[in-house]
Amino acid sequence: MIKTKQNQCWIILGATSSMARAFAQAVADHGASVILAGRDMEDLKRSAADLTARGVSAEAMKFDARDIATFQPIIDRAGREDGVINAAVFVGSMPAQEDVDADPALIDGVVKDSHTGPAAFLTMLAPILEDRGAGTIVGVCSVAGDRGRIGNYVYGSAKAGFATYLSGLRNRLTRAGGHVVTVKPGFVDTAMTWGIEGMFLVASPQKVAADILKAVEKQRNVIYTPFFWRYIMLIIRSIPEFIFKKMSI
Amino acid sequence: MVWKKTEYSGWGRVLKASADMARPERARSLKAAVADHPCPAIGNCRSYGDAPLNDGGRAVDMTRMNRIIDFDADTGVVTVEAGITIGDLAHVFAPRGWLPAVMPGTGFATVGGCIAQDVHGKNHHNEGSFGQHVLSVILLNGNKRTVATPTRNAGLFRATMGGIGQTGVIAEAKLQLKPCPGDVMMVTERRAEDWDEHIALLDGSQATYTVGWIDTTAKGDALGRGIIEEAELAAGLLPKAKPSKKIPLDAPNFALSNPVVRMFNNAYYRRVPSSGRSTVKRIDDFFFPLDKIHDWNRLYGKRGFYQFQNVVPLDQADALKEMLEMIAGAGLSSPLAVLKRMGSGRAGHMSFPMEGYTLAVDFPAREAAVELIAMLEDMTVDAGGRLYLAKDALATGPAIKAMYPEHGDWVKQVNKADPDHALQTDMVRRLNLREAG
Repeated sequence: MIKTKQNQCWIILGATSSMARAFAQAVADHGASVILAGRDMEDLKRSAADLTARGVSAEAMKFDARDIATFQPIIDRAGREDGVINAAVFVGSMPAQEDVDADPALIDGVVKDSHTGPAAFLTMLAPILEDRGAGTIVGVCSVAGDRGRIGNYVYGSAKAGFATYLSGLRNRLTRAGGHVVTVKPGFVDTAMTWGIEGMFLVASPQKVAADILKAVEKQRNVIYTPFFWRYIMLIIRSIPEFIFKKMSI
Repeated sequence: MVWKKTEYSGWGRVLKASADMARPERARSLKAAVADHPCPAIGNCRSYGDAPLNDGGRAVDMTRMNRIIDFDADTGVVTVEAGITIGDLAHVFAPRGWLPAVMPGTGFATVGGCIAQDVHGKNHHNEGSFGQHVLSVILLNGNKRTVATPTRNAGLFRATMGGIGQTGVIAEAKLQLKPCPGDVMMVTERRAEDWDEHIALLDGSQATYTVGWIDTTAKGDALGRGIIEEAELAAGLLPKAKPSKKIPLDAPNFALSNPVVRMFNNAYYRRVPSSGRSTVKRIDDFFFPLDKIHDWNRLYGKRGFYQFQNVVPLDQADALKEMLEMIAGAGLSSPLAVLKRMGSGRAGHMSFPMEGYTLAVDFPAREAAVELIAMLEDMTVDAGGRLYLAKDALATGPAIKAMYPEHGDWVKQVNKADPDHALQTDMVRRLNLREAG
């Protein structure tokens, strides 16, 4: 967390994921209050109760990336907090590529969940950060967004779009005293990756959360977590297209 | 729910299993998983033998179900998802004046695991077993969801405490925490020069927490020598945490060979001055001394190890001394050996504790150790004692059933709760525990 005496409030979007839970716990450990936002209210209330029992101010709110009507109440609620408002975006959906191939209508949902929904939310939130001249946005993208691969290119393209959005938002907020951290996790041991074949170098959600927090404190722009994914992706991005198109990695 | 083919083992790493594993992160997905495929649950697999194993079957990994659902700061009653660890609870609540009433030797044990083994701690002589501080549990099996408390579904509740998961997946539990004055420990260590002094110091201890480390390589006049640790919770300045270490690979077999262990034990014994000493320790360092060395079980190499733990009645201390003589003579044991006096507290039909002395010793897995453990088991039966299912990997069904007089009552309860035998594990099958003796 940025070293300041001001109150810190974190809005966590997609707070039911294990990565988001670990991050919420990490910022809470540093004294921030949290708003846990997502679709599964029953589960979010449990997580909020958990943080409350651990001595943190936490509250659950409805957020559905596909329903813009759920955005404003969260922003209003956060706006009532004194101090610095921050947000971390963990939302996204990754249906199996073959499901998408069978039903192309699913693409809209993936893009809504992983890109346009959170982008709209952050666009609505940005004026508060500009107004207060502080605050950090964490946007969780994916290494899958660095290059389209046969296995999950619809998800990858949505995350790539979100990464580009974050880059622009960083450009905008930096001049107003805010900051944006783009996070590209590799394989993380979550419910999303549980049982998927071919996982390697899998990181725990706690490790990723700790990396993100460090990046927030150091005001990093783009991080890979664990760090070595930067080099793995550097290699993957460097493969010429005429070779890459024949590969299945 | 996705089921992932998973290879896993108990903490001793001798017995292994391959099972289709679900790892729910939400109450709803846990419910769905158990409804689709009724099966046993696992926590952090800190039981040594095959208690958590279900080879060729399925299991639900509870470690992500680890939230605190409710806490009452006035009464110290906490409701948790069963995958939360004891260490987590201690960290959260000790600074606020509450502590789990009973804590096992590792903070990585989950609450579900502590219930399923009805574990005990260094204060067993005062506080009894873990299950005696459980106020209620929620059990899932198939589409069935049952609440059990010491008064409601009392038989089922009793069968669940120490019931090695056979009454249902323990989804949630309500625990009564114990007030604590602070989050440091005042620890006094004393040398016990031989068996008689060791037993006398344990018998005479008035401390809240008491445990003896025993040098199982010492023979002759020094047989049974060790260090008695007595401790009280206190308020004070927290000593600095030492960084944790990790055992990165399986150690070679000579790492815990007899000469190495002898040397280590000798140094460990002499670390405490002959006049004794008192120190202030962190709660973790006192209760969970080995947790700072992650994966310490790898010190035993690829073959793994057995832990033998028994308890014998108070008047059978001599029988235990005889067993120690055999252990010392065999030259197989490791530095990890504990002697403790237990009270009579136990919460379930299959709970381990009985009033008497409990001895726990680790042996690297080899043929000679298996033979020695078999002899120790026979001697335990003869002494009217019993073995601990959390540690066992080698016992036979008839021996275990003979040690647990309430086994028949337990069988009735578990077969009613799980008529399809969906919750059986490798241990239950090995010992044929679901059939009355």
